[in-house]
Amino acid sequence: MVEFALPRNSRVEPGRRHEPATPPKRPREFKIYRWSPEDGRNPRLDTYVVDLDGCGPMVLDALIKIKSEIDSTLTFRRSCREGICGSCAMNINGRNTLACIKAIEDIDGPVVIYPLPHMNVIRDLVVDLENFWAQYESVEPWLKTSTPPPTRERRQSPEDRARLDGLYECILCACCSTSCPSYWWNGDRYLGPAALLQAYRWIADSRDEATNERLEALEDPFKLYRCHTILNCTNSCPKGLNPARAIAEIKKLIVEKRL
Amino acid sequence: MTRRDRPLSPHLQIYRWHFTMALSIAHRFSGVALVVGLFFVSWWLTALARGPEAFAFVQAFAQSWLGILVLFGWTFALFYHLGNGIRHLIWDLGFGLEKDEAFRSGVAVVAFAVVATLLVWIAVGAL
Repeated sequence: MVEFALPRNSRVEPGRRHEPATPPKRPREFKIYRWSPEDGRNPRLDTYVVDLDGCGPMVLDALIKIKSEIDSTLTFRRSCREGICGSCAMNINGRNTLACIKAIEDIDGPVVIYPLPHMNVIRDLVVDLENFWAQYESVEPWLKTSTPPPTRERRQSPEDRARLDGLYECILCACCSTSCPSYWWNGDRYLGPAALLQAYRWIADSRDEATNERLEALEDPFKLYRCHTILNCTNSCPKGLNPARAIAEIKKLIVEKRL
Repeated sequence: MTRRDRPLSPHLQIYRWHFTMALSIAHRFSGVALVVGLFFVSWWLTALARGPEAFAFVQAFAQSWLGILVLFGWTFALFYHLGNGIRHLIWDLGFGLEKDEAFRSGVAVVAFAVVATLLVWIAVGAL
Protein backbone atom coordinates (compact mmCIF):
# COMPACT_ATOMS: atom_id res chain seq x y z
CA MET A 1 0.00 0.00 0.00
CA VAL A 2 1.15 3.49 -0.80
CA GLU A 3 1.55 5.44 2.42
CA PHE A 4 3.65 8.53 1.97
CA ALA A 5 3.76 9.57 5.62
CA LEU A 6 5.51 7.62 8.33
CA PRO A 7 3.42 5.89 11.00
CA ARG A 8 3.14 7.83 14.27
CA ASN A 9 5.68 5.62 16.07
CA SER A 10 8.22 6.08 13.27
CA ARG A 11 8.46 9.85 13.04
CA VAL A 12 11.99 11.02 13.63
CA GLU A 13 12.52 13.47 16.50
CA PRO A 14 15.48 15.73 17.17
CA GLY A 15 18.19 13.97 19.17
CA ARG A 16 21.21 14.63 21.32
CA ARG A 17 24.52 16.22 20.39
CA HIS A 18 27.72 14.36 21.30
CA GLU A 19 31.00 16.28 21.30
CA PRO A 20 34.37 14.54 21.53
CA ALA A 21 36.29 14.85 24.84
CA THR A 22 39.14 16.85 23.29
CA PRO A 23 38.51 19.74 20.86
CA PRO A 24 38.65 18.31 17.31
CA LYS A 25 41.16 19.60 14.75
CA ARG A 26 39.05 18.67 11.73
CA PRO A 27 35.50 18.40 13.06
CA ARG A 28 32.73 16.89 10.95
CA GLU A 29 29.13 16.38 12.01
CA PHE A 30 27.51 12.97 11.61
CA LYS A 31 23.74 12.97 12.03
CA ILE A 32 22.64 9.41 12.71
CA TYR A 33 19.25 7.76 13.06
CA ARG A 34 18.82 6.13 16.46
CA TRP A 35 16.11 3.86 17.78
CA SER A 36 16.15 1.42 20.63
CA PRO A 37 13.42 -1.13 21.40
CA GLU A 38 13.99 -0.63 25.14
CA ASP A 39 12.96 2.93 25.96
CA GLY A 40 9.58 3.05 24.21
CA ARG A 41 10.43 6.32 22.46
CA ASN A 42 10.31 7.44 18.84
CA PRO A 43 13.38 7.32 16.61
CA ARG A 44 15.65 10.36 16.84
CA LEU A 45 18.50 11.92 14.89
CA ASP A 46 21.64 12.19 17.07
CA THR A 47 24.55 14.42 16.09
CA TYR A 48 28.13 13.26 16.65
CA VAL A 49 31.10 15.54 16.13
CA VAL A 50 33.96 13.42 14.81
CA ASP A 51 37.57 14.54 14.45
CA LEU A 52 38.55 13.47 10.92
CA ASP A 53 42.18 13.61 12.08
CA GLY A 54 42.75 10.08 13.30
CA CYS A 55 39.73 8.73 11.45
CA GLY A 56 39.84 6.44 8.42
CA PRO A 57 38.62 7.76 5.06
CA MET A 58 35.27 5.96 4.79
CA VAL A 59 31.91 6.58 6.45
CA LEU A 60 32.20 3.15 8.11
CA ASP A 61 35.51 4.22 9.68
CA ALA A 62 33.71 7.17 11.27
CA LEU A 63 30.89 4.93 12.54
CA ILE A 64 33.45 2.58 14.14
CA LYS A 65 35.26 5.58 15.65
CA ILE A 66 31.99 6.88 17.11
CA LYS A 67 31.16 3.47 18.55
CA SER A 68 34.59 2.98 20.13
CA GLU A 69 35.27 6.54 21.31
CA ILE A 70 32.01 8.47 21.73
CA ASP A 71 28.95 6.23 22.09
CA SER A 72 29.24 2.46 22.38
CA THR A 73 25.47 2.03 22.10
CA LEU A 74 25.47 2.96 18.37
CA THR A 75 24.43 -0.17 16.49
CA PHE A 76 25.14 -1.06 12.88
CA ARG A 77 26.07 -4.10 10.79
CA ARG A 78 29.55 -4.36 9.33
CA SER A 79 32.01 -7.04 8.45
CA CYS A 80 34.44 -6.98 5.52
CA ARG A 81 35.05 -3.19 5.28
CA GLU A 82 35.85 -3.59 1.57
CA GLY A 83 32.52 -3.72 -0.27
CA ILE A 84 32.15 -7.47 -0.63
CA CYS A 85 29.95 -8.60 2.28
CA GLY A 86 27.09 -6.13 1.90
CA SER A 87 26.52 -5.79 5.66
CA CYS A 88 26.97 -2.02 6.05
CA ALA A 89 24.32 -0.99 3.50
CA MET A 90 22.58 2.16 4.70
CA ASN A 91 21.21 5.48 3.48
CA ILE A 92 23.97 8.09 3.45
CA ASN A 93 23.00 11.65 2.49
CA GLY A 94 19.84 10.44 0.82
CA ARG A 95 21.27 7.59 -1.23
CA ASN A 96 21.61 3.91 -0.43
CA THR A 97 25.18 2.67 -0.47
CA LEU A 98 27.80 0.74 1.50
CA ALA A 99 29.33 2.78 4.32
CA CYS A 100 32.67 1.00 3.85
CA ILE A 101 33.22 2.24 0.29
CA LYS A 102 31.64 5.70 0.67
CA ALA A 103 34.41 8.25 1.20
CA ILE A 104 33.71 10.98 3.77
CA GLU A 105 35.53 13.53 1.61
CA ASP A 106 33.00 12.96 -1.19
CA ILE A 107 30.31 14.43 1.07
CA ASP A 108 29.91 18.16 1.64
CA GLY A 109 28.73 19.29 5.05
CA PRO A 110 27.21 17.00 7.67
CA VAL A 111 27.04 13.28 6.93
CA VAL A 112 23.42 12.21 7.41
CA ILE A 113 22.86 8.50 7.97
CA TYR A 114 19.55 6.62 8.04
CA PRO A 115 18.85 2.87 7.91
CA LEU A 116 17.85 1.36 4.56
CA PRO A 117 14.54 3.05 3.64
CA HIS A 118 11.04 1.68 4.33
CA MET A 119 12.18 -1.25 6.43
CA ASN A 120 11.34 -2.32 9.97
CA VAL A 121 14.07 -1.12 12.28
CA ILE A 122 15.50 -3.60 14.79
CA ARG A 123 17.85 -1.06 16.37
CA ASP A 124 19.57 2.11 15.06
CA LEU A 125 20.89 1.31 11.56
CA VAL A 126 20.00 -2.39 11.69
CA VAL A 127 16.85 -3.31 9.74
CA ASP A 128 14.86 -6.52 9.50
CA LEU A 129 15.86 -8.31 6.25
CA GLU A 130 13.73 -11.42 6.92
CA ASN A 131 11.35 -10.70 4.02
CA PHE A 132 14.25 -9.76 1.71
CA TRP A 133 15.90 -13.16 2.31
CA ALA A 134 12.60 -15.01 1.92
CA GLN A 135 12.15 -13.33 -1.46
CA TYR A 136 15.68 -14.31 -2.48
CA GLU A 137 14.94 -17.91 -1.47
CA SER A 138 11.68 -17.83 -3.43
CA VAL A 139 13.53 -17.48 -6.76
CA GLU A 140 15.33 -20.78 -5.95
CA PRO A 141 18.83 -19.41 -6.46
CA TRP A 142 20.58 -22.67 -7.19
CA LEU A 143 21.29 -24.83 -10.24
CA LYS A 144 18.25 -26.90 -11.23
CA THR A 145 18.68 -29.76 -13.69
CA SER A 146 16.64 -32.66 -15.01
CA THR A 147 19.34 -34.47 -16.99
CA PRO A 148 21.48 -36.99 -15.07
CA PRO A 149 24.69 -35.52 -13.65
CA PRO A 150 27.71 -35.94 -15.92
CA THR A 151 30.81 -37.74 -14.65
CA ARG A 152 32.57 -34.39 -14.29
CA GLU A 153 31.33 -30.82 -13.72
CA ARG A 154 28.66 -29.35 -16.02
CA ARG A 155 30.63 -27.45 -18.62
CA GLN A 156 29.95 -24.01 -20.00
CA SER A 157 31.49 -22.15 -22.95
CA PRO A 158 33.38 -18.90 -22.22
CA GLU A 159 30.60 -17.04 -24.12
CA ASP A 160 27.86 -18.56 -21.97
CA ARG A 161 29.90 -17.86 -18.86
CA ALA A 162 30.30 -14.23 -19.96
CA ARG A 163 26.50 -13.85 -19.89
CA LEU A 164 26.66 -14.14 -16.11
CA ASP A 165 28.96 -11.13 -15.79
CA GLY A 166 27.11 -8.28 -14.13
CA LEU A 167 24.77 -10.77 -12.44
CA TYR A 168 26.84 -13.05 -10.23
CA GLU A 169 28.67 -10.13 -8.55
CA CYS A 170 25.58 -9.15 -6.54
CA ILE A 171 26.35 -9.21 -2.80
CA LEU A 172 22.70 -8.94 -1.68
CA CYS A 173 23.26 -5.75 0.31
CA ALA A 174 19.63 -4.69 -0.36
CA CYS A 175 20.61 -1.14 -1.46
CA CYS A 176 18.65 -1.56 -4.71
CA SER A 177 15.45 -3.10 -3.36
CA THR A 178 15.18 -0.57 -0.53
CA SER A 179 15.74 2.34 -2.95
CA CYS A 180 12.79 1.26 -5.11
CA PRO A 181 9.48 3.10 -4.57
CA SER A 182 7.59 0.09 -5.96
CA TYR A 183 9.30 -2.04 -3.32
CA TRP A 184 8.42 0.55 -0.67
CA TRP A 185 4.72 0.37 -1.50
CA ASN A 186 4.46 -3.33 -2.44
CA GLY A 187 7.46 -4.98 -0.78
CA ASP A 188 5.24 -7.78 0.51
CA ARG A 189 4.32 -8.97 -2.99
CA TYR A 190 6.83 -7.40 -5.40
CA LEU A 191 10.08 -9.39 -5.31
CA GLY A 192 12.24 -6.29 -5.77
CA PRO A 193 15.31 -5.71 -7.93
CA ALA A 194 17.79 -7.80 -5.88
CA ALA A 195 15.74 -11.01 -5.97
CA LEU A 196 14.84 -10.44 -9.63
CA LEU A 197 18.49 -9.87 -10.61
CA GLN A 198 19.28 -13.21 -8.97
CA ALA A 199 16.29 -14.86 -10.67
CA TYR A 200 17.70 -13.69 -14.00
CA ARG A 201 21.20 -14.87 -13.02
CA TRP A 202 19.81 -18.46 -13.04
CA ILE A 203 17.57 -17.92 -16.07
CA ALA A 204 20.64 -16.71 -18.01
CA ASP A 205 22.80 -19.66 -16.91
CA SER A 206 23.30 -22.09 -19.82
CA ARG A 207 23.70 -25.00 -17.37
CA ASP A 208 20.33 -24.46 -15.71
CA GLU A 209 17.48 -26.58 -17.09
CA ALA A 210 14.52 -24.97 -15.33
CA THR A 211 14.30 -21.77 -17.38
CA ASN A 212 10.63 -22.17 -18.35
CA GLU A 213 9.63 -23.10 -14.83
CA ARG A 214 11.48 -20.04 -13.50
CA LEU A 215 9.82 -17.70 -16.02
CA GLU A 216 6.38 -19.11 -15.25
CA ALA A 217 6.92 -18.59 -11.54
CA LEU A 218 7.71 -14.91 -12.16
CA GLU A 219 4.78 -14.21 -14.48
CA ASP A 220 2.69 -12.41 -11.91
CA PRO A 221 1.30 -8.86 -11.73
CA PHE A 222 3.11 -8.21 -8.46
CA LYS A 223 6.23 -10.41 -8.26
CA LEU A 224 7.69 -9.02 -11.50
CA TYR A 225 5.46 -6.39 -13.06
CA ARG A 226 5.51 -3.85 -10.21
CA CYS A 227 8.79 -2.78 -11.81
CA HIS A 228 8.04 0.53 -13.57
CA THR A 229 11.62 1.21 -14.66
CA ILE A 230 12.09 3.97 -12.11
CA LEU A 231 15.80 2.98 -12.21
CA ASN A 232 16.61 3.78 -8.57
CA CYS A 233 17.99 0.23 -8.31
CA THR A 234 20.54 0.68 -11.07
CA ASN A 235 21.37 4.20 -9.89
CA SER A 236 22.03 3.08 -6.32
CA CYS A 237 23.84 -0.26 -6.77
CA PRO A 238 27.22 0.15 -5.01
CA LYS A 239 28.64 -2.65 -7.18
CA GLY A 240 27.65 -0.90 -10.43
CA LEU A 241 25.26 -3.67 -11.46
CA ASN A 242 22.07 -3.13 -13.44
CA PRO A 243 19.02 -4.86 -11.91
CA ALA A 244 16.66 -2.79 -14.12
CA ARG A 245 18.18 -4.36 -17.23
CA ALA A 246 17.92 -7.87 -15.74
CA ILE A 247 14.23 -7.26 -15.04
CA ALA A 248 13.71 -5.96 -18.60
CA GLU A 249 15.38 -9.15 -19.92
CA ILE A 250 13.02 -11.32 -17.83
CA LYS A 251 10.01 -9.41 -19.21
CA LYS A 252 11.35 -9.91 -22.76
CA LEU A 253 11.87 -13.65 -22.25
CA ILE A 254 8.31 -14.05 -20.94
CA VAL A 255 6.96 -12.36 -24.08
CA GLU A 256 9.20 -14.49 -26.33
CA LYS A 257 8.09 -17.65 -24.56
CA ARG A 258 4.48 -16.84 -25.44
CA LEU A 259 5.13 -16.19 -29.13
CA MET B 1 8.85 -6.08 22.46
CA THR B 2 6.93 -7.44 19.51
CA ARG B 3 7.87 -6.91 15.91
CA ARG B 4 4.80 -4.76 15.39
CA ASP B 5 6.30 -2.03 17.55
CA ARG B 6 9.31 -1.63 15.33
CA PRO B 7 9.39 1.72 13.54
CA LEU B 8 9.42 1.97 9.77
CA SER B 9 12.59 3.61 8.51
CA PRO B 10 12.14 6.92 6.62
CA HIS B 11 11.82 6.58 2.84
CA LEU B 12 10.37 9.34 0.60
CA GLN B 13 11.14 11.83 3.39
CA ILE B 14 14.89 11.27 3.15
CA TYR B 15 15.65 9.76 -0.28
CA ARG B 16 17.56 12.17 -2.53
CA TRP B 17 15.76 12.12 -5.86
CA HIS B 18 17.36 10.71 -8.96
CA PHE B 19 16.43 12.45 -12.22
CA THR B 20 14.92 9.20 -13.57
CA MET B 21 12.87 8.85 -10.38
CA ALA B 22 11.36 12.32 -10.87
CA LEU B 23 10.57 11.57 -14.52
CA SER B 24 8.92 8.31 -13.51
CA ILE B 25 6.47 9.97 -11.12
CA ALA B 26 5.97 12.74 -13.71
CA HIS B 27 4.85 10.02 -16.15
CA ARG B 28 2.23 8.88 -13.64
CA PHE B 29 1.09 12.45 -12.92
CA SER B 30 0.91 13.37 -16.61
CA GLY B 31 -1.19 10.24 -17.24
CA VAL B 32 -3.64 11.33 -14.55
CA ALA B 33 -3.64 14.86 -15.98
CA LEU B 34 -4.53 13.49 -19.41
CA VAL B 35 -7.54 11.63 -17.99
CA VAL B 36 -8.70 14.78 -16.17
CA GLY B 37 -8.19 16.71 -19.43
CA LEU B 38 -10.50 14.28 -21.20
CA PHE B 39 -13.32 15.52 -18.96
CA PHE B 40 -12.67 18.99 -20.32
CA VAL B 41 -12.73 17.69 -23.90
CA SER B 42 -16.04 15.90 -23.25
CA TRP B 43 -17.42 19.08 -21.66
CA TRP B 44 -16.42 20.94 -24.83
CA LEU B 45 -18.04 18.34 -27.12
CA THR B 46 -21.30 18.07 -25.15
CA ALA B 47 -21.48 21.89 -25.11
CA LEU B 48 -21.18 21.79 -28.88
CA ALA B 49 -24.27 19.53 -28.99
CA ARG B 50 -26.19 21.62 -26.45
CA GLY B 51 -26.10 24.77 -28.58
CA PRO B 52 -24.34 28.11 -29.14
CA GLU B 53 -24.83 29.51 -25.65
CA ALA B 54 -23.39 26.46 -23.88
CA PHE B 55 -20.51 26.37 -26.35
CA ALA B 56 -19.78 30.07 -25.90
CA PHE B 57 -19.56 29.49 -22.15
CA VAL B 58 -16.94 26.74 -22.55
CA GLN B 59 -15.08 28.83 -25.14
CA ALA B 60 -15.00 31.76 -22.74
CA PHE B 61 -13.45 29.51 -20.09
CA ALA B 62 -10.96 28.06 -22.56
CA GLN B 63 -9.86 31.56 -23.55
CA SER B 64 -9.62 32.87 -20.00
CA TRP B 65 -6.23 32.99 -18.26
CA LEU B 66 -7.15 29.97 -16.17
CA GLY B 67 -8.36 28.05 -19.22
CA ILE B 68 -5.20 28.81 -21.19
CA LEU B 69 -3.05 27.80 -18.23
CA VAL B 70 -4.90 24.48 -17.85
CA LEU B 71 -4.82 23.73 -21.57
CA PHE B 72 -1.15 24.69 -21.82
CA GLY B 73 -0.39 22.28 -18.97
CA TRP B 74 -2.51 19.65 -20.64
CA THR B 75 -0.58 20.01 -23.89
CA PHE B 76 2.68 19.62 -22.00
CA ALA B 77 1.35 16.55 -20.16
CA LEU B 78 0.31 15.07 -23.51
CA PHE B 79 3.72 15.50 -25.14
CA TYR B 80 5.61 14.45 -22.03
CA HIS B 81 3.50 11.30 -21.64
CA LEU B 82 3.85 10.55 -25.36
CA GLY B 83 7.62 11.00 -25.38
CA ASN B 84 8.17 9.12 -22.14
CA GLY B 85 5.81 6.37 -23.30
CA ILE B 86 8.05 5.84 -26.33
CA ARG B 87 11.05 5.83 -23.95
CA HIS B 88 9.31 3.03 -22.03
CA LEU B 89 8.71 1.08 -25.25
CA ILE B 90 12.41 1.31 -26.11
CA TRP B 91 13.28 0.07 -22.60
CA ASP B 92 10.85 -2.82 -23.06
CA LEU B 93 12.80 -3.80 -26.19
CA GLY B 94 15.86 -3.99 -23.94
CA PHE B 95 17.65 -0.81 -25.06
CA GLY B 96 18.78 2.35 -23.27
CA LEU B 97 18.91 0.91 -19.76
CA GLU B 98 22.46 1.98 -18.90
CA LYS B 99 22.59 4.76 -16.31
CA ASP B 100 23.93 7.44 -18.67
CA GLU B 101 21.59 6.37 -21.52
CA ALA B 102 18.52 6.56 -19.28
CA PHE B 103 19.62 9.99 -18.04
CA ARG B 104 20.14 11.32 -21.57
CA SER B 105 16.88 9.88 -22.91
CA GLY B 106 15.14 11.57 -19.98
CA VAL B 107 16.66 14.95 -20.90
CA ALA B 108 15.60 14.34 -24.52
CA VAL B 109 11.99 13.59 -23.52
CA VAL B 110 11.71 16.74 -21.41
CA ALA B 111 13.24 18.82 -24.22
CA PHE B 112 10.86 17.26 -26.74
CA ALA B 113 7.84 17.96 -24.53
CA VAL B 114 8.84 21.62 -24.00
CA VAL B 115 9.57 22.26 -27.69
CA ALA B 116 6.47 20.43 -28.99
CA THR B 117 4.22 22.25 -26.50
CA LEU B 118 5.61 25.65 -27.52
CA LEU B 119 5.32 24.80 -31.24
CA VAL B 120 1.66 23.79 -30.88
CA TRP B 121 0.82 27.00 -29.02
CA ILE B 122 2.70 29.11 -31.53
CA ALA B 123 0.92 27.26 -34.34
CA VAL B 124 -2.55 28.01 -32.91
CA GLY B 125 -1.46 31.60 -32.51
CA ALA B 126 -1.95 31.84 -28.80
CA LEU B 127 1.66 32.71 -28.00
